[in-house]
Amino acid sequence: MAPKIEVQGLGKTFAIRGGGTFDALQDISFALPEGDFLVVVGPSGCGKSTLLDLLGGLTRPTSGRVLLDGAEITGPALDRGIVFQQYALLPWRTAQRNVELGLEASGVPRRARAATAREYLQLVGLTGFEDRYPHELSGGMRQRVAIARSLAYDPGVLLMDEPFGALDAQTRESLQQELLRIWERTGKTVVFITHDIDEAVYLGRRVAVMTARPGRIKRVVDIDLPVHDEAADPRSSPEFARHRHEVWSLLRDEVAASRKEAVSVG
Amino acid sequence: MASVLEAPPAARPAAPPARAPRRVLRLGLSFGRRSVAILAFLALWEIAPRAGLVDRTFLVPFSEVLPTLWDLARDGQLWSNTQTSLARALSGFAIAIAVAVPLGLLIGWYRTLAELLNPLLELFRNTAALALLPVFVLILGIGETSKVSIVVYACVWPVLLNTVSAVRGVDPTFVRAARSLGLSAPRIFQKVVLPASVPSIFTGVRMAGSNSIIVLIAAEMVGAKSGLGYLVNASQQNFAITQMYAGIVAISVIGLVFNHLLVALERRFTRWRADH
Repeated sequence: MAPKIEVQGLGKTFAIRGGGTFDALQDISFALPEGDFLVVVGPSGCGKSTLLDLLGGLTRPTSGRVLLDGAEITGPALDRGIVFQQYALLPWRTAQRNVELGLEASGVPRRARAATAREYLQLVGLTGFEDRYPHELSGGMRQRVAIARSLAYDPGVLLMDEPFGALDAQTRESLQQELLRIWERTGKTVVFITHDIDEAVYLGRRVAVMTARPGRIKRVVDIDLPVHDEAADPRSSPEFARHRHEVWSLLRDEVAASRKEAVSVG
Repeated sequence: MASVLEAPPAARPAAPPARAPRRVLRLGLSFGRRSVAILAFLALWEIAPRAGLVDRTFLVPFSEVLPTLWDLARDGQLWSNTQTSLARALSGFAIAIAVAVPLGLLIGWYRTLAELLNPLLELFRNTAALALLPVFVLILGIGETSKVSIVVYACVWPVLLNTVSAVRGVDPTFVRAARSLGLSAPRIFQKVVLPASVPSIFTGVRMAGSNSIIVLIAAEMVGAKSGLGYLVNASQQNFAITQMYAGIVAISVIGLVFNHLLVALERRFTRWRADH
């Protein structure tokens, strides 16, 4: 079967203010079958978010290309949904109206928009909070709204840029659990960026480890865990520990490398 | 399904009716707290001339100003002058908003235009409108046109500059999110940039509101046959000192009411904000 997402020789170079250039990403290639869950981990500043922007079509690559269902992407579109770390909810819109925002772009009639928005708010467990403004919701609830917003127009691909990074540990765990449930139910292809190894191993069916700057993919680790049994604390299983250690070892040198560079630059 | 850790907050209970007297008391207390400084000021105004701390001829006790204000209101002078002043101030204010908001949105949306024009706009804003009053009189005479024009001038800059910076200061994450949702540039402008700019535009509108009255009163003092500024200035020249103070009180009440109206309007439009 043709892959859902295919990334070919992707590179991104930024111009630095005051002259010179800066390679954020270099020669990234991977293919992702439909319905897969890929987590990208890497040391800070390795270009993870740049990769997500390129997949989302928010920035253009310097070299290489991204294919979605075999066609090159040229900009943002409703076949991909992005969830940002800062939620990016419009503060003057209620939860319901925030979810409707993406539907407004696709020309869904008003009444159908409202019904769809309610349905997706229910999917993320926010029934009864439709009329709350973002500032009246907790961080975890805001991120649920943002997830509902990205799912509501039914994109095939969900791109998530450290979506749980700003949340406290317990909220993060419950949202991770729910994300897996939503993923299983909707069958979306997910690309999830994080710097948290536990999160990567828990969520990913595959974990791509990136190198320090310029970001390249060092290795893609297949995660082979039995179906999560939340009652049994899946993070405590020996398989989990083995995968975790594998990813940790791959990352260790990269973190050291990025730190060394930070010191020599600073 | 939402985890226990994030239990939804209970619905806010409506205030039970039995507490109503206490609420009235609380409102009364808050009103008292907010008016205590004003009452102290009025008391000082009353006592200082009576105690001979200042010359009573030049600073009339407040209690003598009020009856004069009442007389002015009764013989129609207060109303006709207020009407004239308000018509001038409000038309200048309205024209300024009608011009400055669309222009500011346009300038803010096009980055290069904003960078090009900003120094000039800052220059104009920081040139006191009153310094230009002689120029307006020279060119437009002492009629209504010159008075409305100087109000327009004084109101345009705060609205324009605040609108430009509102558009430029829209949180880029909102714009990124809207782009990721496939919204076109005009739609992003309409659904994200415009509503995000409203609070800052209103700051400019409020500044313009107070500017409109300040500048107009001054313009009416220089060359006019009617209006509250004229009333105050003419009273002083005719040595009708009590009437002069009555005019001043009227002006300050009007300014206060105008500002309160604008604040109420602002709240209505920015009800979603966390800070009110």
